[in-house]
Amino acid sequence: MRVTLKIWRQKNAAATGGFATYTKDNVVAEMSFLEMLDALNRELVEKGEEPVAFESDCREGICGTCSLVVSGIPHGPGKGAATCQLYMRRFKDGDTITVEPFRARGFPILRDLIVDRSAFDRIIQAGGFISVNTGGTPDANALPIAKEQQELAMDAAACIGCGACVAACKNASAMLFVAAKVSHLSLLPQGQPERQQRVLNMVAQMDKEGFGACTNTFECEAACPKEISVRFIARLNREYMRASWGDK
Amino acid sequence: MVWLRRTFDSTVGMKWLMGITGLFLTLFVFVHMLGNLQVYLGPDALNTYAETLQHLGELLWVARVGLFTIFVVHIVSAIRLSQLNRSARPQGYAVITPQVSRYASRTMLMGGLIVLGFVVYHLMHFTLGLVSPEQFHLQDAKGRHDVYAMVVIGFRQPLIAFSYILAMVPLMLHLQHGASSFFQSLGLNYPKYNNLFRAVGPVLSAIIFIGNCSIPLAILAGLVPYPVAGH
Repeated sequence: MRVTLKIWRQKNAAATGGFATYTKDNVVAEMSFLEMLDALNRELVEKGEEPVAFESDCREGICGTCSLVVSGIPHGPGKGAATCQLYMRRFKDGDTITVEPFRARGFPILRDLIVDRSAFDRIIQAGGFISVNTGGTPDANALPIAKEQQELAMDAAACIGCGACVAACKNASAMLFVAAKVSHLSLLPQGQPERQQRVLNMVAQMDKEGFGACTNTFECEAACPKEISVRFIARLNREYMRASWGDK
Repeated sequence: MVWLRRTFDSTVGMKWLMGITGLFLTLFVFVHMLGNLQVYLGPDALNTYAETLQHLGELLWVARVGLFTIFVVHIVSAIRLSQLNRSARPQGYAVITPQVSRYASRTMLMGGLIVLGFVVYHLMHFTLGLVSPEQFHLQDAKGRHDVYAMVVIGFRQPLIAFSYILAMVPLMLHLQHGASSFFQSLGLNYPKYNNLFRAVGPVLSAIIFIGNCSIPLAILAGLVPYPVAGH
């Protein structure tokens, strides 16, 4: 099949970008969206043009490297999948597909469809960790954790930090990402010693990075390739107010 | 006092402020509607109710100052959050395809500002009596402020009646999202109760819309008598 692609091209962080239109022939339904872009890039290189810059790594939906807003939806249409798991069978012959980078002040565009997501790393550095003294391996089952508690923590831990929540939010809010990380650690015994300081510091860093606030539209949950629930945002709100009031 | 600064300065703190003030404002709007519906019970009931409120003395001022403060905190937080939200995405998308969000949730600021404009007009009309002073200073047979006559004469003017009905649309949309959203902002999200939480907004806003719109509609249709025999 043949698709028309409107792709955001931008030389570097300082340049003003714009859309370029490409016609891609010989697209087969079994291709992933990224493979289709690879094929487009091969054609561009053969013609002596600059290929479209985009990010990907594992291409099996677990690393959180690929991004892209495909026809107005971060990671494209379909639930619970990253862009690398988006297949061309979702599109019809003759479709026009708009491809944009994730747009947020906290995610400056580096080139074409690549954005700098190191703001997330700085949020993690602000508190998304636990501190343990090194020593011998702890005994198995020395720390009993209720199954429900552990499962909920792992649901939050499924976050791959791709930033689709920011891209989908009308306020470019990073609340779902921060909520997942805060919840994951605050639900487990290992996260208790730094629980209070963690949420305060991570939210402070999130605000400093220029991400917006949550308006409870829940677009983030719909876009999340790991289907992280917005109930973790409610948990973040609880954690934050409790930590703030209890802070000496 | 660092917690106070965090509450008023962080995105999470301000959302909490929006939620708690929104809850009080929603309750006020609901009780206000119940009060208004007494117009159907006749002049005596409505005027007695109005006089009771007027004679609360200091309590009335506590309520007024409290409500005003809540209103200001709600609006100031909303404006500050909206500024943050706008600056969080300097360059917008060419194509946006909403997946689950509703119109009401995406237009909270605009709807809220329209409601604010209406509230100012409404206060000038029925509380300060600046819009039609001749209807505002009417007295009933017992020498009380005749709220019943003011409302009925006011809403017999189709332009005023329809402007009130029109203003109820943004209020309904604002509450449709807001009255469910505050649960989430205050940290209440439990799968067991979420259906209930998410129903509160649409149901409550529909009740308030129907209740409030019924008054000007009933008056326009001539179903609310004035003058009333014996008054």
